[in-house]
Amino acid sequence: MKILVSIKRVADPDNASKLKVSADGTSVTSEGLEWKMNPFDDWSLEAALRLTENAAERNARVGEVVLVSIGPNDEHTQRIIREGLAKGAERGILVEADEGSLDAGVVSAILKAIVDKESPDLVVMGKQAADGDSNVAGTKLAERLGWPIINSAMKIVTADDGKTLDVKRELDTGVATVKVTGPAVLTTSDRILHPESVKNGVTPDDHQYAKLEVGGRYASLKGIMQAKKKPIDQMSIGDLGVDATKSLNYTKFELPPARSGETTFVEDAADLVDKLHNTAKVI
Amino acid sequence: MANVLVVAELLEGKARKTTLCAVTAAKQIAEGTGGSFDILSIGEGAGASADELSGYGAGKVLKAEIAGGYICEKYAATVAEAGKGYDILVACASAYGKDLLPRVAEKLNAGVASDISSVNIDGGKLSYTRPMYAGNVSGTLEITTDKQVVTVRQSEFDAAEASGGASPTEDIAIQSDPAADKVEFLGVEVVKSERPELTDADVVVSGGRALKSAENFANIIEPLVDALGAAMGASRAACDAGYVPAELQVGQTGKVVAPKLYIAIGISGAIQHLAGMKGSKTIVAINKDKEAPIAQVADYFLVADLFDVVPALTDAVKKL
Repeated sequence: MKILVSIKRVADPDNASKLKVSADGTSVTSEGLEWKMNPFDDWSLEAALRLTENAAERNARVGEVVLVSIGPNDEHTQRIIREGLAKGAERGILVEADEGSLDAGVVSAILKAIVDKESPDLVVMGKQAADGDSNVAGTKLAERLGWPIINSAMKIVTADDGKTLDVKRELDTGVATVKVTGPAVLTTSDRILHPESVKNGVTPDDHQYAKLEVGGRYASLKGIMQAKKKPIDQMSIGDLGVDATKSLNYTKFELPPARSGETTFVEDAADLVDKLHNTAKVI
Repeated sequence: MANVLVVAELLEGKARKTTLCAVTAAKQIAEGTGGSFDILSIGEGAGASADELSGYGAGKVLKAEIAGGYICEKYAATVAEAGKGYDILVACASAYGKDLLPRVAEKLNAGVASDISSVNIDGGKLSYTRPMYAGNVSGTLEITTDKQVVTVRQSEFDAAEASGGASPTEDIAIQSDPAADKVEFLGVEVVKSERPELTDADVVVSGGRALKSAENFANIIEPLVDALGAAMGASRAACDAGYVPAELQVGQTGKVVAPKLYIAIGISGAIQHLAGMKGSKTIVAINKDKEAPIAQVADYFLVADLFDVVPALTDAVKKL
């Protein structure tokens, strides 16, 4: 099984409250914040690695994961691709692009061109990027390819190397189960990190992955060493022959107003109920 | 002048309230640009839902009856075909809207403004404002394609009130999509609750990792939830640990809520959680650690062991 995983660099999401906006309001500045792999992509990479390994044999690779990142061709983007390679992906692709030239439509057009070149069995990607929070590119990509989209997958089971997959996906109101015939585009939910979220027909079905709290697996020392030798193809949007016309034009960024008022520390339960009932008048 | 089509969301044959939030946004766009709006009722029960939705002032209500469970590929072509007659398509940014509308948009070569918090109209020119970076930046954007697709954040748009009258309803043809043959719907487990919906409640009580177990959620949090007539929510950590189902997750990747009162119990307040609740009117934090990040947004903070204080709080609420 060959899986394409897109990974985006984002300003450290855990410190997003430190973001600033330029004086003229036309750009967001993340100065002082580290670039990180978009956490939603990290979960998807974890799912893709589980689909292409035998976890009972020291995570022996039984398929191929190709990473693609679209962004500035600099040390930060390259570091994030290397991080994915160190976790176990086989190869990387860096499509050079200025962040301001991208929107979900352009990203899906670029990824379509990469899929046409690479012919993966699946694309597994983050349902959103932690910066734009749009949830659009994956579904647009699926439509461009004429493939199904399965958003917010929390459990993926295949017994035939990804040709068909039983997937549970999270809804607002519960969980839906679908059977998908590949190739397909999947995005993942938080729950894809659970110990039994992926069954690939190679790793024994009773295998339990270690509980992951926040993100995907850590790279091993061996993985980090191997990653240094793994190839990263570099290309431009022009090389791919993609129409990079944007459909969205951001005209203004602002920091949302801070919540007004101070925090009132209350004594006990009775004091809290009194304040909520008589002062705030919300109960 | 923008003519707008609202894409309704049906659940078990009835329009969800999310539909009415999208109607509110559509009305704003139509009124602000001198246009009009229609509604598309699509899915199982589309006919009956169309009758219900005909009381909200739409020019007409289109209906497309599609049996069986929702699959994006089964709906998108029909929505796109209907959308050809409109300038702007609007739906709620629920899991459904965020799944369906981008596929429709791509079929119409349209840009998507996702999860918007407001519609701005300046001299007939439309732009949209939306939260980004887990709510830490708000961005205003224009869509530059001929057609526009918009999904709206439920907590920022009040549900439209029925306005009387009866819009005419009209059946439309179902369009096929080869991609639909690649997905078979096997079933859905809908979580039922007697409590208000999380995204629709005046009061939300959420618990975090500090609850330590599903039993403690049931024994400590639920009595307070019910005493307040509230909806129950949870942090990602509590959902991940299996204390409560994932549908209750509040945050960047869960539900976004903005109730009159939000009570966060044993929740430290990671930035991803704040993204889902900091629009609430009054925020209460109950936490042992008064330095917890939840303090940044809390109006009232009770520094205490939740296991001692929440039962007392429940009793005090019952005495009101």
